[in-house]
Amino acid sequence: MQVSMTVNGQQRTDEVEPRTLLAHHLRDNLGLTATNIGCDSTSCGACTVMVDGLTVKSCTVLALQAEGSEVTTLEGLSTDGELHPVQAAFRSEHGLQCGFCTSGMVMAAVGVLADNPNPTDREVREGLEGNLCRCTGYHNIVQAVLKAAESGPAAGQVPSAKQEVTA
Amino acid sequence: MSILGTRVVRTEDPLFLTRGAVYTDDLTDPRLAGALHATFVRSTVAHGTVTEVDASAAREAPGVVAVYTAEDLGDLQPVPPPLPFLDAGFARPWLVPVGGRVHFVGDLVAVVLTEERYQGEDAAEMVVVDIDPLPAVVGTAAAATDETVLFPEVGTNKVAAFGEPAPEDFFADCEVVVTRAIVNQRVAAAPLETRAASAAWGEDGRVTIWCTNQGAQQAQGQIAGWLGLDPKLVHLVTPDVGGGFGAKIGADQEYAFVAWLAQQAGRPVRWAESRSENMTGMLQGRAQDQVITIGGDRDGTVKAYSLVVNQDCGAYPRIGTVLPTLTMLMAAAVYDIPKVHAQATCYATNGTSIGAYRGAGRPEATAAAERAMDLFAAEIGMDPADVRRKNFIAPFTEPFTTSSGATYDSGDYAAALDRVLEAAGYAELRAEQARRRERGDVRQLGIGVSAYVEITGADSGHGTSENAELEVHPDGTATVLTGTSPHGQGHATTWAMLASEQLGIPVEKITVLHGDTDRIPDGGGTMGSRSLQQGGAAVHQAAVELVEVARKRAAELLEANPDDLEVDLANAGLSVKGTPGTGITWAQLAADEQLIVQTTFTANAPTFPFGAHVAVVETDVESGKAVVTRLITVDDAGTIINPLLAEGQRHGGIAQGVGQALLEEILYDEDGNPQTSTFADYPFVSATELPSFELVEMATPTPMNPLGAKGIGEAGTIGSTPAVQSAVVDSVAHLGVRHIDMPATSMRVWRAVREAQKGSTN
Amino acid sequence: MIPAAFEYVRVSTVDEAVAALAEHGEDAKILAGGHSLLPIMKLRLAVPSVLIDISGVQELSYVRVDGDEVAIGAGTRHHELEKSEVAQAEVPLLPHVASRVGDPQVRHKGTLGGTVAHCDPASDLPTALLALGATVVVQGPSGRRSIPITEFFLGFFETAMEEGELIVELRVPRTGAGGWGYEKFTRRENDWPIVAAAAVHLPDGSVGVALANMGGVVLKASAVEAALAEGRSIEDAAELAAEGTSPSSDMHADAEYRSHLARLLTKRALKVASGETGASTAESTAA
Repeated sequence: MQVSMTVNGQQRTDEVEPRTLLAHHLRDNLGLTATNIGCDSTSCGACTVMVDGLTVKSCTVLALQAEGSEVTTLEGLSTDGELHPVQAAFRSEHGLQCGFCTSGMVMAAVGVLADNPNPTDREVREGLEGNLCRCTGYHNIVQAVLKAAESGPAAGQVPSAKQEVTA
Repeated sequence: MSILGTRVVRTEDPLFLTRGAVYTDDLTDPRLAGALHATFVRSTVAHGTVTEVDASAAREAPGVVAVYTAEDLGDLQPVPPPLPFLDAGFARPWLVPVGGRVHFVGDLVAVVLTEERYQGEDAAEMVVVDIDPLPAVVGTAAAATDETVLFPEVGTNKVAAFGEPAPEDFFADCEVVVTRAIVNQRVAAAPLETRAASAAWGEDGRVTIWCTNQGAQQAQGQIAGWLGLDPKLVHLVTPDVGGGFGAKIGADQEYAFVAWLAQQAGRPVRWAESRSENMTGMLQGRAQDQVITIGGDRDGTVKAYSLVVNQDCGAYPRIGTVLPTLTMLMAAAVYDIPKVHAQATCYATNGTSIGAYRGAGRPEATAAAERAMDLFAAEIGMDPADVRRKNFIAPFTEPFTTSSGATYDSGDYAAALDRVLEAAGYAELRAEQARRRERGDVRQLGIGVSAYVEITGADSGHGTSENAELEVHPDGTATVLTGTSPHGQGHATTWAMLASEQLGIPVEKITVLHGDTDRIPDGGGTMGSRSLQQGGAAVHQAAVELVEVARKRAAELLEANPDDLEVDLANAGLSVKGTPGTGITWAQLAADEQLIVQTTFTANAPTFPFGAHVAVVETDVESGKAVVTRLITVDDAGTIINPLLAEGQRHGGIAQGVGQALLEEILYDEDGNPQTSTFADYPFVSATELPSFELVEMATPTPMNPLGAKGIGEAGTIGSTPAVQSAVVDSVAHLGVRHIDMPATSMRVWRAVREAQKGSTN
Repeated sequence: MIPAAFEYVRVSTVDEAVAALAEHGEDAKILAGGHSLLPIMKLRLAVPSVLIDISGVQELSYVRVDGDEVAIGAGTRHHELEKSEVAQAEVPLLPHVASRVGDPQVRHKGTLGGTVAHCDPASDLPTALLALGATVVVQGPSGRRSIPITEFFLGFFETAMEEGELIVELRVPRTGAGGWGYEKFTRRENDWPIVAAAAVHLPDGSVGVALANMGGVVLKASAVEAALAEGRSIEDAAELAAEGTSPSSDMHADAEYRSHLARLLTKRALKVASGETGASTAESTAA
C-alpha cells in the first residue's frame, strides 16, 4: 500500500507492506537509522519518535497509521547545524554513553519538556519511564533534561511540527 | 593548564546526537549491497532429542533463498569448548541434527536465508522441528546429582572444579560461626543493542565481518579458528557498539555462521537478532549458588572465612566457567582475615551459557563477603560499619598479599568507608531509623554499607599489554589507533586528551580509530576495566615517544642540541628553551617525513580499585516493597583523567547493581523454559526505580602505570549490589530478618518478615 | 519481531467500521491505538488476516457530560482522558488511572475502547471502569446496545461482544467531588500491576471497589462492597478483598501474596477514597 507522511519536514510517499512498522519504515525505507529497535515488547523506547508533536514508540505503530502525519526523528531535531537544547544538554551533561537508547531518549525528553517545561527530578524520571538505558544509570540523563529545561520553551519543541493542543 | 583531570565533553557526541551512531544493523557499506537476511530457527525445548527437522515448506516460502539444517553443513566441525581444560564432549554443534540433543531454549536447529528481513521470520516459522523432551536440568543443585546428564559422552554435568574443601578444624578457634547458603542470581547483561553481524566475501578470498563486540582481534581469531580459515583472511570490524557489559566478549557462533552462510550463498548476509532471541541466546551473568561461613570472636574480630561456590555454566560452558576463580581470588575482599578458604565447582545446566557480566566474578566475591560481614555483625550485635572497620586491611602503599592470594597495589579501605559514612550522614540515618522503628512506621528505613576491592586490568587473554599507534599529519591533525574497543566508555575523547596533553593538539583534531583488524591487527579489546590503565597508558607512552622522535628530527633540522628543545604546547611543536614560538610544529615535521610511533605498554600487574557504598532504602513493611532513596559512593580508581566520563561509568555501574539487588533475575520453569525472555517480563532497572546518586571523590594513584589510573568500569556495580541488598535486609532487621536473597523483591521481603514473625529463621 | 501479513482497511466512520467488520468476518480485528494488539501480533500470538484501522474515526473521540453520566468515546486516547477537564471535574478517578497506564508514549496511542476490548485482567482502566459501574456501548450490524460492565468481561481475553461489534462509548456516573483511590502495585512504575485496587464513592451512596490481576478478568470486590454497605469498617471490609478471586501464581507473585496485596491495596484505596490518608504514590515513598 502507499503511505505518505512528512518526515523531518520532507514529504515522503512510499510503497509498503501493510505490516511494516514505522520504525522499519524510517530505518529501512527512508534510511533514518538513528531510530533504533531495542526490544519486541514496547518496553525500551529506543524507537521513540514524534508523530504530530507527541512521542510514540515507532516499533508499535504501523507505518500506515502515520498516514498524513508529521514525523520527527532525532535526525530532524537540530536546525542549521545548531544542536537542539535537549541534544546540547545531553552532550554537556554526558547523558549518553553507547548511544543506542539516545535517539529515543532525546525524543522522549523533548516530549517530557513539551508536557512539563519545568519538571522536577522525579517528574523527569516518571516522564522517561518508558525509555530504558543500560549505560548511564539515568543520572546524567535526568541532569540533561533538567539542564535543557533551563533554556526555556524551545526545549520542548520540535522544528516545524504541528503544535497539537491536547484536550 | 593540564587537560587531564578536566571535564572534557565527548568528541563522539555531536554525531551520536544528530544522525545517530552507526551500529552493525545500520551499516550501508556498499559491500553489503544486496545482502540476504539470516533468521535462525531455535529450539523451544530446553533439553531433548531432535526427532525431525522438516524445512521443505520453508524452502518454498516467498523470498527464501536457502534453508540450512544440520545435513547441509558440509565439513563444518562443532565448535570446541573455549577453554583448553574442558572436555571435548562439551563442543557445540552449529545446528543440532536429527538424533542429536538440544541443550537449552535457543539452541540452533536451522537457519533461513531470505531476500527481505520480514520474509525470514515468516519462513523460519514454517520449519517444522520435533523434539522428544528429556528432563531439564535447571540450576546447580539438580545438575550436581547427575540424575540427568546433559552430555552423555562426558558422563557428568560437572564441568570443572577449583580448590579443595576447607579443613575440618577451620573454624575451631572461633567463638561465633555463622553459615548460610545465598544466591547470586542469573542476570541478563541486556545491552540495548542486541547481537548483530554482517559478512561479505571479496574477490580476494577474504571475508569482512562486521559485528557488535568488545574486542575485534579476539573475535577474529575465534571465528577464523571455528571456520578453519587463516586469520589473515578474516577482516573483522566492530562499528559503533551499543553496550556490551561483558556479554559481547568473544565471538558468538552466530557471527561465524553469518560468514559461512555468505560464503555458501555467494552473497553478503546480514543478521540482527530480536530481543526475545537475545534474552535466550546472549551470554548471561553471575549464576552462582554460594555457601558462606564466617567465624570470629565476639569483639568483632573475624578469624576465618569460607566461600564455596557452585557455578551454573549453562548449556555449553564458556568463559563463565573460569569466572569463579576470580571470585576465589577476591574472596578475602578488603579484610585482613587470617584464614580464607575458597572453592568452586562448575556445572552444565539446560540454561543459556554464562559469560562475563559487569564485574564478572568479582561482584560475586564482594556480595558474599559483605553478606558474611553483615551476618556476623548481626550475630554479635555490632554495627556493620564497625565490624568492617575492625577487620579492614590497614592502609598500604606497597603491594599487600591477601589470604586468598591476591596482591593488591594500594589501598586505604577505612578512609573510603569514613568518607562515605560522613557524606551519608550515617549517625543521623541510624537515628532516623531508630525513630521509625520506635514509632512502628509502615515505611521503615534501611541502611546498607558495603566496602569493596576488585581486580582490574587482569590478564583476560591478552596479557597486561596494549598497543597504540600515534601519527601527526602535515595538516596538524593526529590519528590514534588503539587495541581497546570502546562501546560507550568514551575512548575517542579520553585517548585524545592523553595525546593532547603531550602534544598540545586540540582533542577535536585527534581522531581515535579502533575495532578494525586490518588497521589494528593486535589488541586486547575492552573488558575487565583494563582500557585506560593499559590502552590509555599506551597512548600516553606513544605520545611521549613521539615527542622524542620529533625532538631528534627537529634538532637536526634546527641545528640545535636536542636537550635545548622543549615541548611548546601552545604551538603544538617544539621550540628552543626560553623562546616559545621559535621552533617547529609537529605538522611541519610530519610534512618533512612521516611522524608516527607504534608502541606497546605493559603493566607490571593488575590494579585494585576500591571503595565504599551506602544505600538507603525505604521499605513498606506491609507490602514488602523497598525503594532506594539514596546511594552515596566512594569509588577510588586512582588518578581520574576525565571526571565527567569516570562519573558516568560509576553511575551506570551503580544502577546495574541496584537492578540485580532489587529487581533482575533470569528465571526458568521446571522444564527449563525461560520466563523472562522479553523486556516486559525481565525487570530491567528503569529511571523511576533509582534516585540520583551522590558521588564522593577519592583518588589513590596506582604505581602500576604512569597515569596512576585504576579501572572504573565495573566498580560501581561491585559496591552497590551488596549495599542495596544489605539496606533492604536492614530495613526489616528489627522484625527478625537476617537475610533476603537477591533480587529482594517485595514478595520476598514480605515473606521474610512474615516468617521471622512466626519465629522461624530466614 | 514483526506481525504476520494482513490486509489493512482504513475507515473514517463507525458505520464504515461496522460494515468492514461484517465484510471480513471473524478474522478481522479492530486497530485503534494498537498498543494492545500490535505487541501480541509481533509475538504472533494474534494473527488476524484483516486489520480495520479506526484511529481516524473522529466521532469516537470525546469526553462529555450526558445527563447523570459522563460519556467517553471509545477512541479517546489515554493522554486525552488524563488531560480532559470534563473528566477531571466529573469523574476524577478515570483521568488519574489513565495517567498510570504504561508510559507517556503508550498513553499517546492507547485508547479507552481498545483497553476494554482487549480484556486483560491486569488492565488499569477496566479496573476503574468496573469500580465505577460503567456501561459499555457497542455497535454492530443490528445497531447499538449497552452492556453493563459487570457483564462485559467474561474470561481471559473474552468479552460479551458479538462478532461484528465494536465498542463505541463508555458511560460512567458523574462522581464529582466524591472520594476515590487507586492503588497500583508494580515492580517498576510502568509495569503492569501485580495487583491494583480501585475504590470510588458513587452518587447513589455506595462504594465501588474493583481489583486488577486477581483472576482471569478484572474483578469486582463484591464482598468488600457488601460489607461496606452493611456499615462495616474499612479495615474489616478490606479483609474480604480476596474472597471470590482466583489469583494466579507466576514469577512476579504467588497467589498468597496477591491475596495479601488485594487486602492491603483495597484498604489503602478505601482510606484514600474516604479522605483518611493520602495516596501511597512513588513520590511519597521516594521523598
